[in-house]
Amino acid sequence: MTKNLVLIDHDGNKVAKSAAELATFAKRAGNAIGLLLANSGSGDSLAAQLNGTEFERVLIVENDEINRHGIAAATAAIAQIIEKEGAESIFIASSARGKEIAGRLAVRLKSGIITDAVDVASDLSTTQSVFGGSFSVKAKLKTPLSIITVRPSSIEPVISTSNPTIEKVTVAIDAKDKLVEISASQPPVKGGRPDLTEAKIVISGGRGTNGNFAEVEAFADLVGGAVGASRAATDAGWYPHTHQVGQTGKTVSPQLYVACGISGAIQHRAGMQTSKTIVAINKDPEAPIFDLADFGVVGDLFAVLPQAREAIKSKRS
Amino acid sequence: MKIAICVKQVPDSWAEKKMVSGRLDRESVDAVLNDLDEYAIEEALRIVEPLNEGKETAEHTITLISMGPERATEAIRKGLSMGADSGILVTDVALQGSDAVSTAKVLAKTIESGGFDLVFCGTESTDARMSVVPAMLAEILGWAQLTFAGSVKVDISANQVEIARMTDSGVENMSAKFPCVVSVIEKINEPRYPSFKGIMAAKKKPIENKTLGDLGLASSDLSAWSEVVDSQPRPPREKGLKLEDSGEGGAKLADYLLEKRLV
Repeated sequence: MTKNLVLIDHDGNKVAKSAAELATFAKRAGNAIGLLLANSGSGDSLAAQLNGTEFERVLIVENDEINRHGIAAATAAIAQIIEKEGAESIFIASSARGKEIAGRLAVRLKSGIITDAVDVASDLSTTQSVFGGSFSVKAKLKTPLSIITVRPSSIEPVISTSNPTIEKVTVAIDAKDKLVEISASQPPVKGGRPDLTEAKIVISGGRGTNGNFAEVEAFADLVGGAVGASRAATDAGWYPHTHQVGQTGKTVSPQLYVACGISGAIQHRAGMQTSKTIVAINKDPEAPIFDLADFGVVGDLFAVLPQAREAIKSKRS
Repeated sequence: MKIAICVKQVPDSWAEKKMVSGRLDRESVDAVLNDLDEYAIEEALRIVEPLNEGKETAEHTITLISMGPERATEAIRKGLSMGADSGILVTDVALQGSDAVSTAKVLAKTIESGGFDLVFCGTESTDARMSVVPAMLAEILGWAQLTFAGSVKVDISANQVEIARMTDSGVENMSAKFPCVVSVIEKINEPRYPSFKGIMAAKKKPIENKTLGDLGLASSDLSAWSEVVDSQPRPPREKGLKLEDSGEGGAKLADYLLEKRLV
């Protein structure tokens, strides 16, 4: 049985949804072992949230230096655990931090790295969706250790009836991995809306909003969706760039994507064309977004969206 | 202070990209300076310009470092026209199709040979989009990693850099002593357009060409740890419904969404 480690993502209080997803991929390949890097005293309550996932064991490293010194310190801790466990793979959720840790591990442990996998088979071969989903690439790493980062929401996690066994382990962080000093950190400012990359529904606005996102937001709130924006909209300063969907922004793949007043330049399509169902509302009947749309309305979003909103409300009641 | 900026020539992010035998077909699309690298160049310029003001010869310099084919000179030239001082281009047939670790190794060797204090990068290239090279550089060089900066403050008297790291996980304030690898996010600044004077001046600025051998590396030092088994274009989407809104477009949209149980 191969030993597969999973780095468990969390915000200090809550374990991320990706943990159970990665456990499911790891279990496919063999043993699934969770690794929690936590501040002293917080490991047990985080580990308790992993009951019902496919992890057989969860290793807790309680070490305050990791949070104080950032990515290099986390890399040092994980590398030591990989070597101690003799793991054949490590799964990490694709995020800024996750990919940077994976990159440093690849250098430190002279191992191959795959980022942004959307599927991992039992032999650790991966599927990636590249160039904004226009190509699908299957790859395999040739090193004894495979470092794989996986996009969130790539799989429906399997629910287990058993709970993992918990073990506390220690690591030593050398001075060379403590070059950075973190003095303060603030969690992300969360609105009431779901996270863009995890949302099942995304409603996006573009140039056609003319800077007025009120209708886009109102529709998103009615259907419990996240709000996205095209590069034209974020470049114009109409919406924060953290909401940008596209080649130079986020890649989303929700069940439903509604593009409002977005023409559908490659720049944007690259970030959303793997969405399951695509709806487009645009005044221009020639807009390329209609080539992708399962349902397109040629019209003014300021007329179409409120009407659709009222119709959904009245049919629901 | 000597700043190096790693830049990459990439296919235009507004153009369609294709794959030929498991690799990006770079011939069929326009090649441009990676958008995200412009933010790094702009930020470095904003740091050195006030320090150099009024000085006869610039004491603080910016060198652009790139790895790629000869035509990547154009991307370097664009950065020079924005105001960087010089460029280094590493070209070698052995580097074709290099993976991220090899790229980072080559860039790190180039940086080591130049006596730099700081390295600036964009957060990712718009073609590979791995977002790992800055972290790998810090790991190989053994330098402090200050990445995903939404703001950068360089204290030259203390040899210290302070950044606010801005990601989906929130904001972290962090600092480190020189030497550091800094990557900057989009929207940290508004990159300048090269001026006519800048474009003319860039033509006279030096670009040094290096090979793997010049850096003391052999092709056997490069890794090829992954293997592409298969690559396939995504099947085209099926043609959908398209209707003209003549007053009831919204209602029809609502029907569609409810019928398909999408909302």
